[in-house]
Amino acid sequence: MSEIDRLKKQLASGKITRREFVSRMAAMGAAVAAPGAMFSAPAMAQPKKGGHFKVGVGAGSTTDSLDPSTFLDSYMQTVGNAVYSYLAVVDYDGNAVGDLAESIEPSPDAKMWTCKLRSGVEFHNGKSVTPEDVIASYRYHMSEESQSAAKSLLKAVTDIKADGNAVTFVLSEGNADFPYIMTDYHLGIMPSKDGAVEDPTSGIGSGGYMVENFDPGVKTLLKRNPNWYDENTAHFDSIESLAIKDVAARTNALTTGEIYAMDRCDLKTVHLLKRNKNITVHQSTGTQHYSMPMHTTTGPFDDNNVRMALKYGIDREAIVKTILRGYGQVGNDHPIGPSQKFYNADLPQRAYDPDKSKYYLKQAGLDSLKVDLSAADAAFAGAVDTAVLFKEHAAKSGIEVNVIREPDDGYWSNVWLKKPFCMCYWGGRPTADWMFTIAYAANADWNDAYWKHDRFNELLVAARAELDEDKRRTMYYEMQEIVSNEGGTIVPMYASYVSATSDWVGTPEKLAANWDWDGNRAFVRWWMA
Amino acid sequence: MHNIVKLVAQRMALGLLVLFIVSLIIAAGVDALPGDLCQEMQGQSATAETLEACRKEIGLDKALPLRYADWLGGILKGDFGVSLANGRQISELIGSRLGNTFFLAGLAAIISVPLALALGILAALYRNGIYDRGVNVVTLSSISFPEFFIAYILILWLSVNWGWFPSLSNVGGDTPLAERAYKSLLPALTLTLVVVAHMMRMTRASIINLLASPYIEMASLKGMTKSRIILKHALPNAWAPIVNVVVLNLAYLIVGVVVVEVVFVYPGLGELMVDSVRKRDIPVVQACASIFAATYIILNMTADILSIVTNPRLLHPK
Repeated sequence: MSEIDRLKKQLASGKITRREFVSRMAAMGAAVAAPGAMFSAPAMAQPKKGGHFKVGVGAGSTTDSLDPSTFLDSYMQTVGNAVYSYLAVVDYDGNAVGDLAESIEPSPDAKMWTCKLRSGVEFHNGKSVTPEDVIASYRYHMSEESQSAAKSLLKAVTDIKADGNAVTFVLSEGNADFPYIMTDYHLGIMPSKDGAVEDPTSGIGSGGYMVENFDPGVKTLLKRNPNWYDENTAHFDSIESLAIKDVAARTNALTTGEIYAMDRCDLKTVHLLKRNKNITVHQSTGTQHYSMPMHTTTGPFDDNNVRMALKYGIDREAIVKTILRGYGQVGNDHPIGPSQKFYNADLPQRAYDPDKSKYYLKQAGLDSLKVDLSAADAAFAGAVDTAVLFKEHAAKSGIEVNVIREPDDGYWSNVWLKKPFCMCYWGGRPTADWMFTIAYAANADWNDAYWKHDRFNELLVAARAELDEDKRRTMYYEMQEIVSNEGGTIVPMYASYVSATSDWVGTPEKLAANWDWDGNRAFVRWWMA
Repeated sequence: MHNIVKLVAQRMALGLLVLFIVSLIIAAGVDALPGDLCQEMQGQSATAETLEACRKEIGLDKALPLRYADWLGGILKGDFGVSLANGRQISELIGSRLGNTFFLAGLAAIISVPLALALGILAALYRNGIYDRGVNVVTLSSISFPEFFIAYILILWLSVNWGWFPSLSNVGGDTPLAERAYKSLLPALTLTLVVVAHMMRMTRASIINLLASPYIEMASLKGMTKSRIILKHALPNAWAPIVNVVVLNLAYLIVGVVVVEVVFVYPGLGELMVDSVRKRDIPVVQACASIFAATYIILNMTADILSIVTNPRLLHPK
């Protein structure tokens, strides 16, 4: 691209002023015959159609499949959000709003949810989207032999009924947040035949893009769905998504213009990337948090005083500064992120306090304490360093943390849920109920601290069925307090999603925080600048 | 010639035995790794229920010897089977990647082998001079750096700063040859820098070794030029060790380049294998390992045959 084109682009995107543009053009000896239209009012944030969008995603594997029940990381999550449509999506304010569903209405006890489907929507193969397809797609995850991670999400669904152009979900217990479940990336709607999903791996959905070529672990080619129903999304003509796991390769590809967007910037060098005028670095702090679960069923962690001593023994500020290089926020020992609707901002932030830590040790009847902490970078990048920093911090209050380095391989099967104290991470869960239900409720599969608290579990069920926002807020505030003060998990920090785009591509001012890649929906939301 | 045919037949039989042993080791090895495919695929989001369903579907609930026997039966019929992870045909999965791997290895070999031989012969010719020292220092330095470091340096200069080559070697089945070569040039250059020293030094050493022999002394007493002595008299006798080293390096170019593949995002076989090991996808690992093992066996056999053919004494044993 010639220098002139580059300047024009920078001008259009507001990166340089009109004066700078004119003087730089003059410096090149180019006659400034720019059409007046180029200076027309803010061209920024004005999506336009067309273009070939190339991205590098720091995930993906040759074992990937287009079957939504197998989606595991952000590579297939972004592809899935482009190819399939979902009953609901999470908007920029963090609300679940209808997408394929025109309206989503609960019964007064929140036990029945009726979705009226948008009419005239077609799958990529021309078949119309019917309520039967929706039912089959959901049942696919709920079946006996299902291996889907969405299976546990749909546990409460007892029946799904079609009624004209509407689908009604019947739940065994009220759930005011059920529309959020519909936004889960596994729950894309697929074409069905005779009440069953026809071929889950075919990649035929009703989303904004159709699969043109899918080479797992290498690249995916998508082209715009000509029948896409939403004028305000799916702007690109085509998308090429490359799986680039090496962060240096991703960064090089972005700076040399081979891709226009990347995720997971290298935090150690992102300040250098920021110096590049053609590149914008985005940061969004959402629900992603790093945690350190302690098995509350085994000693010494069965004593809340010991847990409190450990919680006061970690210097969160220092860890956010060194491990996250400032791209994050300190955590308050509960999993609800600062950008979430029911985040309890009144709860005092726990600070590093060796004296208090010693006090709690004494309460537990101990002078000193020795604990083993299992860590591997499989939990999150920098997990081992975090553990070692914690060891230093805790030493001041007489706690000896013995950091055990575990292998990355098989970390989630052999260490997490098995070792009494380990490093862990949780990606975005859009609602407080969802997060608490999967990892803090008494009978949750992933209750990694094996924590049981009667009042908490009572509140969880009550809040789930409560449709009154204020009442729910009070309950969730109390639950956050309980988890923070009595829970079995240290949550030292919320990690931001840090991504970068070049000025070829236009993005909204602020990206969604519920997942990386603008809430996994960059492919449908972004456009060529 | 009869001897060579017999030798090839013997080697082939031994090679098959080696392949069989390799497959046994791989099966046992992957099985001994912590976790299994279902756990790796579902990661943090696994539950006991979904794990069981997954194991049942892909037959992981069967004992290892049974699964291995199934796999062996398929292979004998020429069927690599399907990937456990996504149900795709392994032959299809491997096909294009194998082509890519061979292409990259070929490109690197076309550059590096003539270069190394030329540098080596020149080094022998001007031994202990400034050229000799210089070329030794340079090639030894490049072999001493880790591959990814050389790759990053090349990317920094040739791609980011000067913009001559793309930093991604994003090739596919439909990429035209010229474009494919252009896109693969940076990884090929990286590999060249890594392998050239080994071959160059072996060429130099084996030629110099011969230069002390009486028949070379005779040749130089006859008044022949140095270059004629080396090319016509020394080199033919030095081929055996050189060929051995060249072939070993070729094998390396095919099987040992996963780091370079990752840095340049080159869709080769190495990345497929690493991914599959990570996910415990045994049939794919088996297929890749068999291909790599066969490459080594075939290339080693080629080296032996070539060194016999180039050496009349071995060709006509008494």
